[in-house]
Amino acid sequence: MTDSIALDELTCELKNQVASRVPDANLDLCLTCGACTGGCPASGQYDMDPRKFLRMLLLGMDEEIVKNPWAWVCTMCGRCVTACPMKINIPKFIFNVRAAWPREKRPKGIRGSCDQHIRSGNAMGVPKEDFVFTIEDVAEEIKEEQPDFKGLNITADRPGAHMVLNQNSREPVTEPDEMSPLWKVLHLTGVDWTYPTVMWGGENYCMFLADDEGWRYIMEEFAHHIEHNIKAKVVVNTE
Amino acid sequence: MRKFNIPHTFELKSIIELFALWIKQGTLKVNSDWNKDLKIKFTVQDPCNIARKIESDHIVNDLRFVIKTVVGEENFIDMVPNRSNNFCCGGGGGALQAGHTEQRRAYGKIKFDQIIETGADYVITPCHNCHAQIEDMCHHYGGSYHTVHLWTIICLAMGILGENERTYLGPDLADHGLEKEDA
Ligand code: SF4
Ligand code: SF4
Repeated sequence: MTDSIALDELTCELKNQVASRVPDANLDLCLTCGACTGGCPASGQYDMDPRKFLRMLLLGMDEEIVKNPWAWVCTMCGRCVTACPMKINIPKFIFNVRAAWPREKRPKGIRGSCDQHIRSGNAMGVPKEDFVFTIEDVAEEIKEEQPDFKGLNITADRPGAHMVLNQNSREPVTEPDEMSPLWKVLHLTGVDWTYPTVMWGGENYCMFLADDEGWRYIMEEFAHHIEHNIKAKVVVNTE
Repeated sequence: MRKFNIPHTFELKSIIELFALWIKQGTLKVNSDWNKDLKIKFTVQDPCNIARKIESDHIVNDLRFVIKTVVGEENFIDMVPNRSNNFCCGGGGGALQAGHTEQRRAYGKIKFDQIIETGADYVITPCHNCHAQIEDMCHHYGGSYHTVHLWTIICLAMGILGENERTYLGPDLADHGLEKEDA
C-alpha cells in the first residue's frame, strides 16, 4: 500500500487578502492552461508570466511575489482575462500585489505623480493660474491668426457649462499646441463646454500606484466639483 | 466612480463616441476627400481602457467609423488582433513612469511588429499613454511611422489644422492644406 503524501498546511496570506478584496477574482479556479501567458506581452520579463505569478500566489510564495518587479511591468491591460476560460481576474490580482508593496518602495515616478495629483490637483502639478494662462494664450494666438476661429471661447470652471472636458494633464504642459485642434472641432460643433481645474486629468497615477485612498480622494473631489460648482451634465474624457 | 460608488448625476462619455455621433448627425462635417489621391495609410491602436475595460466594443467600433470617415475606408488598415483582443502597447498601468524601461520596450515589441506589419504611415493613438509609448518605440526600434492624435487628423481633413499644430505629422503632411492661407 502506498501512503498518501503528507502536505504541510499552506499559509496563503496574500491570496486570502486578494480573495477577500476581489471576491469574483476566481483565483482557485486556475486550470494552468497557460492561455493567459501565451497572449501576455509581459511574459518572460523578469523570468515571470501571469500563470507562474498566480501559481506562486496559490502556493503562498508571498515574499517572492512582492519582491518581483514584474507587478510593475504587467500593465493590467486585461488581455489575459479575456483569454482565460475561468475568467480569473489577473489585473486585480496584480493591483493588490502592487498594494502589498510598501508605499515608499513603489516606483518613484508613479508615486511622485500620484502625490502631485493629490497635492496640486493634477498629476503634472500645474497651478491653476498657469493652466488658465496657457489655454488663454494658445486661444489668443488662434483667434488672431485664424479668422475662422475668431469666436473661440476657451474657459475653465465655467458654471453652467453643459460639458466638462477632462484631458491628460501632460497636454497643457508639454505640448499645448496639441490641445487646440480639439477646441476647433468643439467650436464648430457648437458644444457648450469648459475645463475643470479640480483634481483633473485623464490619467490617474494613484490608481496605477494602487493607492486606493488617494484614488478615491481624487475621484470624490473631482465629482464634487463637477456636480456642485460647474453643474455639468456630461463629463468627457479625451482618452 | 463605479469602484468607489461615488454618487453623481453627470454622464461619462468618451470623446470618440461624440465624434461618431456628431458625424452621424451632420454637426461635424468632415470627409476623406483630402486623402483620395494621397492615399496615406493609417492604422489605430485600441486603448485597453476603451477596448477591454468596458464590456462592449461600441467605442472601438465608433473609433473605426470616425477614422474611416476621415481618412477613407481604403486607407485604413487594422492591426490583427484588434478591438477587445488587441495587444496593449505597453505604456499603460503607469509603465511609462515605473522605471523598467527595458522591460517596457520588450513588452511593446509585439505592438511595434504589428504596426510595421500593417505598413501604415501613421498610427492614430486616441490615448496619451499609447501615444508616448508608440512614439518611443518607433525611435527605439527604428520605425518610420508617425504617431498622431485623432483630432489632428480630423482637423487636417477639415482643412483647419494650424501651422503650430503639426508636431507629429511627417514631412508628407507637414504643409498639407497650408498653401491655401498663403494664396
Ligand atoms: S488562462 Fe486562466 S485558467 Fe489558464 S492558466 Fe491563465 S489564469 Fe489559469
Ligand atoms: S493584464 Fe498583465 S498579465 Fe494580463 S495580459 Fe496584460 S500584462 Fe499580461
